[in-house]
Amino acid sequence: MEKFDRLTAVAAPLLRDNIDTDAIIPSREMKSVSKTGLAAGLFAGWRYTTIGGRDPDPQFVLNKPAYAGARIILGGSNFGCGSSREHAVWALHEYGVRAVIAPTFSPIFFGNCIRNGIVPVRLPAETIAAIAAWVEQDPARHQVTVDLEAQTVAAGGALQRFELDDEPRAMLLEGLDAIDLTLKQRPAIEAFRNRDQAARPWIYL
Amino acid sequence: MARTLFDKLWSQHEVLTLGGSVSLIAIDRIFLHERTGSVALKSLRQAARPVVDPSRVFCTMDHIVDTLPGRGDDTRMPGGKAFIVETREAATEAGIRVFDVRDPQQGIVHVISPELGIVLPGATVVCPDSHTCTQGAMGALAWGIGSTEAEHALATGTLRVNRPKTMRVRFEGPLAPGVTAKDLTLALISRHGSVGGNGYAVEFAGSAVRSLEIEARLTLCNMATEFSAFTGMIAPDDKTFEYLRGRRYAPQGELFERAVAQWRELVTDEGARFDREITIDVGELAPMITWGTSPQHAVPVTGAVPTLEQSGTPREAYERALTYMGLEPGTRLDQLAIDAAFIGSCTNSRISDLRRAAKILEGRKVAPNVRAICVPGSMTVKRQAEAEGLDQVFRDAGFEWRESGCSMCFFAGGESFGTRERVVSSTNRNFESRQGPETRTHIASPETVAASAIAGRLADVREIAAAA
Repeated sequence: MEKFDRLTAVAAPLLRDNIDTDAIIPSREMKSVSKTGLAAGLFAGWRYTTIGGRDPDPQFVLNKPAYAGARIILGGSNFGCGSSREHAVWALHEYGVRAVIAPTFSPIFFGNCIRNGIVPVRLPAETIAAIAAWVEQDPARHQVTVDLEAQTVAAGGALQRFELDDEPRAMLLEGLDAIDLTLKQRPAIEAFRNRDQAARPWIYL
Repeated sequence: MARTLFDKLWSQHEVLTLGGSVSLIAIDRIFLHERTGSVALKSLRQAARPVVDPSRVFCTMDHIVDTLPGRGDDTRMPGGKAFIVETREAATEAGIRVFDVRDPQQGIVHVISPELGIVLPGATVVCPDSHTCTQGAMGALAWGIGSTEAEHALATGTLRVNRPKTMRVRFEGPLAPGVTAKDLTLALISRHGSVGGNGYAVEFAGSAVRSLEIEARLTLCNMATEFSAFTGMIAPDDKTFEYLRGRRYAPQGELFERAVAQWRELVTDEGARFDREITIDVGELAPMITWGTSPQHAVPVTGAVPTLEQSGTPREAYERALTYMGLEPGTRLDQLAIDAAFIGSCTNSRISDLRRAAKILEGRKVAPNVRAICVPGSMTVKRQAEAEGLDQVFRDAGFEWRESGCSMCFFAGGESFGTRERVVSSTNRNFESRQGPETRTHIASPETVAASAIAGRLADVREIAAAA
């Protein structure tokens, strides 16, 4: 997984609450058993004028020229709710998004971000609204900085601190593979298993 | 020290603490399906990482598979067949038990897992599917994960999990006629918001929960994800143990009795502290229905589309939801004509759901111009319903009677409802375009769906019951 330390980029406001993973990538856009080939389906229901079509809707924020190259999404609460489909995160990543800033995230979406090098930043809704208002004045120039090392978001001269647990933060900063890391704990896992098998034999089929 | 059910489940599976609030948690059961499990298996194979314990991994075909009679691997979903074929190949190669398209026990993952005794009290269960929380109703710690996390669980038998806070939701009092587990969960989410459970593992408790049968408890826990919770759970009791006795993957004989003795400890101790507690008096509840595009947009079926102030929703979201749903504030919900009715999904497709719906449908006809579909949650449920003659009741009323799968809860089988059609549905999500492009979904209990299908409009099931 690629490392994340600090990113300064165009931020696209999508300040709706409950943006679900069906909206981020509709079922019909997941066409093969693959983690790639998904960027074109990102926000397909909102981004294009017709279902299944590819004519951009000029009203949708990511289609506006001023937001070209956006790598940060400013979202509403419960971002990424609904289906667990990791395709939502893969589609965002493939499109170029590396950070999503929202008041709250669905827990599954949050975990999927961590495992794919996207930083889920939690800030209060009012703070995000203020950042969005500043961005909207001149989106291409008013870029937002997410600093994972310092755990801050910088926008319009204001600096906001955000919270992220040490473990997921380290995973993102160092671009670690969780499986490799866990496999180093094999002796502890095996010891646990031996104890547990004696206590709960019915679990082991 | 007094501990909650969640504390007990957590500590029993904690292999190591990994710093901060993250622990390495042992996983007892992994379930996969062809939509998200396929990617996980393929990716593992590419990385040459073996599945550590395939005997504790199960796979079903439910998310893409057709539900039309006579189905095979072909589906109307573009590219869908490849998901089915590749999942079968990868799962079989890994030594994983597959409940395949033509398997007599195929069905929706959260229906067949309890049905087969795969989920057990005290077990940790994960699946790359958000509704895995359903299975917490068995006294398990069961939660939805992404595909990459599924790879981790398959390759290591563990997950690195951030410990959630704890919440207890007590439903107290007797349920009024026509009020079901579905109505309890919609009432909770409408009062406390679709983000109300964010960060919490939620235990459902109280006299109303104790009175619920197992299938209704599964319905209640199913929508914990719509509450944004880490998961939902219910302490197991005699109903749970009797439900599991003799099931295929449950322990048998003397081992079952030993397990039950241990499972009886899986209760929240007197005096244990939760980070948050909510109590809902269920005596005052009516059958619920959604008016908007989030499960929190739910009101009693006898109610009206709320005003902005009543809705508790920000103006922009409120107006967007009304426009999408084609509604005006103040319109009575039971005056809204419908185009379709759907009974199915991991929320409400079990035998008790079908029995209750059939009771409403018996001797009645679906209104003209309403397309009505029933999709049993598993082939076992389907056979049971047919043995009881329920399929005939559904068919006679004018319902399509399908093979099991997720079906038109979303796009499974490549099928969806039409543009701007109004659908009353026993499913769990009324999101924009969830059941079809611009389709307008109203979620409710199976009996409310049945009553509405007959009336040709959203209907209060109690009217029909009273007229009988």
